[in-house]
Amino acid sequence: MELLTQSYLLLQKDLRLELRRRDSLLTMFFFGTLLLFVFHFSFDVAADKMAEMAPALLWLAFLFTGTLGLAQLFQSERENHCLDALLLSPLDRGALFLAKSGFNLLLMILVELVVMPLFWILFNLSSWNLLPQLFLVTLLGTVGFCVLGTIMSAITLRARARELLLPLVLFPLMIPVLLATIRCMETVLKTGTFNDAAPWLRLLFGFDVIFLTLGVLIFDWVIES
Amino acid sequence: MAQTIQTIKQRKGILGALAAVAVAIGLYWSLAVAPPDAYQGDVQRIMYLHLPSILTAYLSYFLVFVGSAMYLWKRERRDDLLAHAAAELGVLFTALTIIEGSIWGKPTWGVWWTWDARLTLTAILLLIYTGYLMLRSLIDDENRAASAAAILGIIGFLDIPLIHMSVYWWRTLHQPPSILRPDKAPWENVHPAMLTALVISFVGFLLIYFYLLSLRYRVGEMRQEIKTLRLERGV
Repeated sequence: MELLTQSYLLLQKDLRLELRRRDSLLTMFFFGTLLLFVFHFSFDVAADKMAEMAPALLWLAFLFTGTLGLAQLFQSERENHCLDALLLSPLDRGALFLAKSGFNLLLMILVELVVMPLFWILFNLSSWNLLPQLFLVTLLGTVGFCVLGTIMSAITLRARARELLLPLVLFPLMIPVLLATIRCMETVLKTGTFNDAAPWLRLLFGFDVIFLTLGVLIFDWVIES
Repeated sequence: MAQTIQTIKQRKGILGALAAVAVAIGLYWSLAVAPPDAYQGDVQRIMYLHLPSILTAYLSYFLVFVGSAMYLWKRERRDDLLAHAAAELGVLFTALTIIEGSIWGKPTWGVWWTWDARLTLTAILLLIYTGYLMLRSLIDDENRAASAAAILGIIGFLDIPLIHMSVYWWRTLHQPPSILRPDKAPWENVHPAMLTALVISFVGFLLIYFYLLSLRYRVGEMRQEIKTLRLERGV
């Protein structure tokens, strides 16, 4: 319980900071939308072809915008030695992990809630009724992305060129999430149900649980580095 | 662990000599004694290098995991040195595996590369551990670099089964394994000379691996010693 209370307080702090400055949220929104335009110019194809590629393209956009958010995740702690102060306080490091991944999750969900419908509008896709199911899959994938991403963001915190390094260590590890989410969304788009996507959903769920638990357990070692 | 490392370090020369002999015998056996494959002909002989390289690479990644976990637990420099050395060799042997596979794939499959499950998995391993080495080299503070790398060494290793599952469900085209088959014991479906060649070759690879590992480990130690000396003399 203590863990959750602490996480909630930390999350509140991050949200308050973000609402005042809106650095991450605005850049992520803009970048996500910008990517849709880039996709349009890169793949000038008919709407039905675009519908087939929608899951992959959407997730490319989420991967890049999410990484943008992760790179900024500990920025407020880096300034004025706030991280040292946080670590000096009697705080469970697991709570810091939960708060930070929760914060990035919230940012990404907000971006996804805008970018997904926008994709349907810009590329004239017709399958509006499947959007809630697709969003559900995306949510599972985003949780996995944020928990593993938070750990990776924390270990690259003191590295030189850390914004460049973060995707290098993060993307190879994210391949299960990327594959599972995209294949799952493709199946849902094609069949309209979750029936054939069960193994992918299990994999996604397993990934989320494993790295969420691992993150809470090992963040003690992660953050002191 | 420390005991083993100590022993290996002291007997480095013998280890190197043994490795050279084993590799020579292994090569002779693979190239001259073992019969050519019934379907693939002589091209198949690259398997005597291919299989030992990937097994050695897997062993290496396991050692990275062990070294990383031990380092986080005990905070002893030697565990970190071991993880670092093993990661470098793992990348080397994975790269070798991919190159050998390409040389075999061109005449057999007609392509240098295909996105089959096992090939993809091997390539991802190469990416993960190259990232590991980059992470190490981009953090200046030694203790921080060691901790960060240890976290990545553990997470990367735990991620392998998940990557394995996902790419397998995605596609499978690779040769079904012909040596380690579930339905038959190895000696039932493979010519005995082939199996002998493979075993000798694998022993040779293991010896080379531990020889290189001990050298690489020593390099890490010497770097440490130089740093200490510099600090003492205030250079």
